[in-house]
Amino acid sequence: MNFLRKLIDKQGKRFHEPGAKLHKLWPIYDAFETFLFAPASRAPKHGPHVRDYTDLKRVMNTVIVALLPCLLWAIYNAGHQHFGALATMGKTAGYTPGWLQMLFPPDAAAPSLFDKVVFGLQRMLPILVVSYGVGLGIEMMFSVIRKEEVSEGFLVSGMLIALIVPASIPLWQLALGVAFAVVLGKEVFGGTGMNVFNPAMLVRAFLFFAFAAQMSGDSVWVAGNNAWHLIDGYSSPTPLAIVKPSSILDASAELAKHHSHADLFLGNIPGSAGEMSKLAVLLGAFWLIFTGVGSWRVMAGGVIGLIASGYLMHALLPASYGGPVTLQPWEHLLVGGFLFGLVFMATDPVSSPETNRGKWIYGILVGVVTILVRTINPAYPEGTMLSILLMNAFAPTIDHFIVAANIRRRKVRLEHQ
Amino acid sequence: MTSMLAFASDEALMSVFLKSVFVENILLSFFLGMCSYLAVSKRVDSSIGLGIAVIFVQTLTVPMNWAFHNFVLAEGALAWAGLPDTDFSYLGFVTFIASIAAVVQVVEMAVDKFSPKLYASLGIFLPLIAVNCAILGGSLFMVERKYTFAQSVVYGVGSGTGWALAIVSMAAIRWRMRTANVPAPLRGLGITFITTGLVAMAFMTFSGI
Repeated sequence: MNFLRKLIDKQGKRFHEPGAKLHKLWPIYDAFETFLFAPASRAPKHGPHVRDYTDLKRVMNTVIVALLPCLLWAIYNAGHQHFGALATMGKTAGYTPGWLQMLFPPDAAAPSLFDKVVFGLQRMLPILVVSYGVGLGIEMMFSVIRKEEVSEGFLVSGMLIALIVPASIPLWQLALGVAFAVVLGKEVFGGTGMNVFNPAMLVRAFLFFAFAAQMSGDSVWVAGNNAWHLIDGYSSPTPLAIVKPSSILDASAELAKHHSHADLFLGNIPGSAGEMSKLAVLLGAFWLIFTGVGSWRVMAGGVIGLIASGYLMHALLPASYGGPVTLQPWEHLLVGGFLFGLVFMATDPVSSPETNRGKWIYGILVGVVTILVRTINPAYPEGTMLSILLMNAFAPTIDHFIVAANIRRRKVRLEHQ
Repeated sequence: MTSMLAFASDEALMSVFLKSVFVENILLSFFLGMCSYLAVSKRVDSSIGLGIAVIFVQTLTVPMNWAFHNFVLAEGALAWAGLPDTDFSYLGFVTFIASIAAVVQVVEMAVDKFSPKLYASLGIFLPLIAVNCAILGGSLFMVERKYTFAQSVVYGVGSGTGWALAIVSMAAIRWRMRTANVPAPLRGLGITFITTGLVAMAFMTFSGI
């Protein structure tokens, strides 16, 4: 460590002084220094004491810890689904290994845990590298040009992006989506903490509308080893796609034919890279609530909104109306990416309301709009992404009304004194 | 987007409403009524006022123009008066603008009487509703899509509500963004246009209905 400290200090001289040779690149140097070492001056030795020193970096690291169970499951499940699909199709003979599997050849007929993890890493590592590389690269460019410190905001976004796209996503599309969201969704607003929309959600929405063929449908959820990272001819609808046709009058029974509740809860299903395992999401949620980083009000509001509007749609729509509305309302929590979106994206402190009552309203509306899209919009099986984006657009409005009501109430109280 | 051309006239009212509020939002997907949207969305309070005024005018003028169109202007519409061969549809623009101007005049007088404060804060934009393309656009879409009377009422309420939602959310976003460190060349209208594009993407939630 001492060696590293000395190296950093020595290099620092080239960047620090305004006249130094590489002073223009100071933001990049600073980003690496603060990533490796805590700032020298933490809490004051005497005088008014800081009880806890929570900076942006610690908050971001806390969220990354919360995301680890999802990431680990994403890596394992990518391989698990891949080899499962091959076994279903009887294509295990003549297996073509990918770049990482060249080093650790798998036994395609009877894959071990290690083989599955190797396949998962082979798919997830490039996605993570592209997501972080493009995003942080653009942020550093902006910091250098605008002469600001590089902010840690993208550390979480980069991992979220990797977890909400299908594991088969072409990397150039991912790079394009990340560039769009970081430039037009974040940097033009002034960077971390100033954006209106959640950048990770914007990446997904951009890809969803621009490259629908690679972001939706039945064939993209299980990764393969061909040029498109797909398995030729293999189709694996997500649980929500299974119950989507409006001809299905008992979606719960239809769902049970394909996936047990335990599979849905543990995440043994096809889907976007990280949203499948509800158990992993719950572990992350407990960690976020325990550390106080994620807002429990948004999470509770979302669950209440989803279940209540699930019952409401059940009562309002005629009995002949089939599809997802015939799921048990609580089953909506187990299918799709709602829990993941609610815990990790809707609680984003920047794009959600700042007032406590606003957070309740926001969470509830996220749940309600999700159910509305799932039940009455025939085009999209899943509504979590778009409902969070829509509520991002209205978060400042919610705040405005809460604050205005508060001012009015205080005025009345003052007048009555 | 083929649904825009082949509009079934027996569309369910609920679907007409959701479509006009979200998917075919008159502001965010047709970019009608942009000028007052950009100018007034600086303040939330005046946005709410103008939004309500637009809902009100739109709700009145679309069904009113529906009646003008179907009982006077359209081909053969005067059959009830014993004149089956008339076609005054070329008078559509003039008639619609005239009826819109009349309604706006009434709204203006009402706002002046009941809320002088709102009247002052809306300023020039209240009379400008008369030539707001969103209002005329609403009436023209009603004709083009061959709505029934009930549908035209719902469409009037819906398209006005969609416009109001868009301007209020934009005003709140701009209020929040007043401290944002936006690059100098983009401050003001530039960042507002970019935000409008992102909000339009979020409003595609219900596309497909």
